[in-house]
Amino acid sequence: MSAIADIPDVPRAARRPQIGNPVLRWLRSNLFSSIPNGILTVVLLAVLTKGVISFVQWGIANAVWLTPANDSGACKAVRGLGACWAIIPEKYRFILFGTYPFDEQWRPGLSVLLFIALYFLSTRRALWRRELGYIWVGALALISVLMWGGVFGLSFVSQDRWGGLPVTLILATSGLAFGFPLGILVALGRRSKLPAIRSVSVLYVELIRGVPLVSLLFMASVMFPLFMPAGFNIDKLLRAQIAIILFAGAYLAEVIRGGLQAVPRGQYEAADALGLSYWRKHRLVVLPQAIRHVIPPLVNTFIAFFKDTSLVLIIGIFDLLTTAKTAIIDPAWQQFSVEVYIFVAAIYFVFCFAMSRYSRSLEATRAR
Amino acid sequence: MTSDHPRPPPRRSLFGALGPNELKGLFWQVLVVGIAVAVIVFLWSNTVTNLSARRITTGFAFLGREAGMPIADSLLAYNPRDSYLWAFVVGVANTLRVAVIGIVLATILGTLIGISRLSANWLLSRLAAVYVEVLRDIPLLLQLLFWYVLMQALPAARAAWRPVEGVFLSNRGLILPAIPVGSPQLWVLGTAVLGSVAFYAIRRRLLAQQMRDGRPRPAWPFALGLIVALPAAVSLLLGVSWTIEWPQLRGFNFVCGLTLAPEYFALLIALVTYTSAFIAEIVRSGIQSVPRGQWDAASALGLRRSFMLRQIILPQALRVIVPPMTSQYLNLTKNSSLAVAIGYQDVVSIANTTLNQTGQAIEAITLIMAVFLTISLGISFFMNWYNARIALAER
Repeated sequence: MSAIADIPDVPRAARRPQIGNPVLRWLRSNLFSSIPNGILTVVLLAVLTKGVISFVQWGIANAVWLTPANDSGACKAVRGLGACWAIIPEKYRFILFGTYPFDEQWRPGLSVLLFIALYFLSTRRALWRRELGYIWVGALALISVLMWGGVFGLSFVSQDRWGGLPVTLILATSGLAFGFPLGILVALGRRSKLPAIRSVSVLYVELIRGVPLVSLLFMASVMFPLFMPAGFNIDKLLRAQIAIILFAGAYLAEVIRGGLQAVPRGQYEAADALGLSYWRKHRLVVLPQAIRHVIPPLVNTFIAFFKDTSLVLIIGIFDLLTTAKTAIIDPAWQQFSVEVYIFVAAIYFVFCFAMSRYSRSLEATRAR
Repeated sequence: MTSDHPRPPPRRSLFGALGPNELKGLFWQVLVVGIAVAVIVFLWSNTVTNLSARRITTGFAFLGREAGMPIADSLLAYNPRDSYLWAFVVGVANTLRVAVIGIVLATILGTLIGISRLSANWLLSRLAAVYVEVLRDIPLLLQLLFWYVLMQALPAARAAWRPVEGVFLSNRGLILPAIPVGSPQLWVLGTAVLGSVAFYAIRRRLLAQQMRDGRPRPAWPFALGLIVALPAAVSLLLGVSWTIEWPQLRGFNFVCGLTLAPEYFALLIALVTYTSAFIAEIVRSGIQSVPRGQWDAASALGLRRSFMLRQIILPQALRVIVPPMTSQYLNLTKNSSLAVAIGYQDVVSIANTTLNQTGQAIEAITLIMAVFLTISLGISFFMNWYNARIALAER
């Protein structure tokens, strides 16, 4: 598995006769291979046991799981000793969907499921065809209908009532869906032979990557109204979305540029020899290979992005993290923010962990 | 091709020389630059109209005005009557304070965890893997809010935790014993720095001599003399006192000692733990990138394990480690701007307050960008220099 782990042990392990109970053998070679190692194992086990016991006491044994509606008395009684998981059933609708009209919350719920199905389909290698593009367009259209409503008997919900998990998923997904083509264009621009196009692309990428996303979001929330003609204004969510797309475009461009550099020159020359035009050359020959090269780092960029959408909290957009933070403003439940943060962290973790597993499996298939 | 088709002589006229490809290229360039310029002009003219409608004069003249904003926690002397310019400088100092210390701590912690992931001890490597996976997959802002909530939930100053004698952890932050540093102490520290520089130069010469004749020359006596004995002698000569100030509880707060405010401490912990998870992965893949043969060859020479790691493996691993490490350092610095979410006054937070107070949006954002671009360039410059130094010296 690992370099340090197996190499120095190889001669010794080879000399040792392979006898005895396999479990004991495993224990000896992996946990007690030497005296310092044995001491380390014992110390780690002690610390781990203590940690697990105190977490179980706090999180399970002494925890309060349910309370009567809007009554945090039972939780306050065990404060400091046990977790108040009761805040989750109390607040989960608000954390997940924000101020979306309560009776209509099946719509954002369904949208979240659609998003997850869309991500799942996109990971299937067999589906990496043109049809996937149509599926994306269809699903995104369906999600817009569900979220906005106003047709098919659904009541209209304006986007300042949207909140929670769907907003996080919308920001991340549209950030990528629009940022990706932008990134491709900029990456091509950066490798272009035309000096003006190259310098515009370099300037864009370096400026965006040089500053924190927070300052871009401030710009979107504060300066955007200044940039536009008087009287023209667009909604805050859309402004943040534009900032995120611009941000995504710059980072994705750098990843894609790496892929373009990995495509051998012969491929470009062969495409030229066939007389393909610039765009056909890239669309049919270069980009498919370039993107295949960088799928694992692309997925890592997606993960980074998904986490970075939480920064919209700073400009007051109701994504998942903001709804969580707002949920605990309620004086009755104020003291139980740790539980809410753990709940939200678990949601983020599930999405990011799934993506990172996927990226690793891709790398493994490529290494084979 | 063959030589009996001589190329036509290049024509030098302006447009006549351009073939269809060049014309197309020119067209695209003019189009892209035209669009970029048009967008910028459009935004600029709108902004100027809007600003004049709001009676905001553009320009950096506002920097001389009185800031009037309180800054709770700062390295530099500041009071609200100081100018906006000075408030910005204080903000930059705060950003650098968290970024520099964060980079150092994250590097140490990340390296330890990265090495632990490769440990022969199964339990240690699993625990390190869990640490990396959990911290990497949760947004930094969420972790920051989490640490900040934990800070606030700590007991009050009177009931502060004392993990070690003289160290207090309470909702006022972390209070450490400190040694007051004035000019006599600075003299001694200065000698130590000079001694280190001299030692470094001597060590290089010793190594160069060893390269020539193969005889090892111990460098440690020089280290002892220049870095330890010399400053100690200066300290004795000048009669510098090195008393430690122990923090004491007076009323509701602590006096003496070094205080890390809860905001600063939470930000530092969040940045260090989050970045260390990424650094651990970089260190791990760097060490794994060293081919097996290098380990085998080193053990065949009978080298000790620590020597092997230090002299054979790490120098090769560093070549893989340094470039991605640079981008982690840049990320940590940029991520320090999340300070605004918990009220630690870094440069972004102060620029944001300035922006709200004066309406000088463009100037404030320009300053943020200038500061971060400068820091980014500085870090890249240093890391590129270091990278060039450790790069493979190919024949």
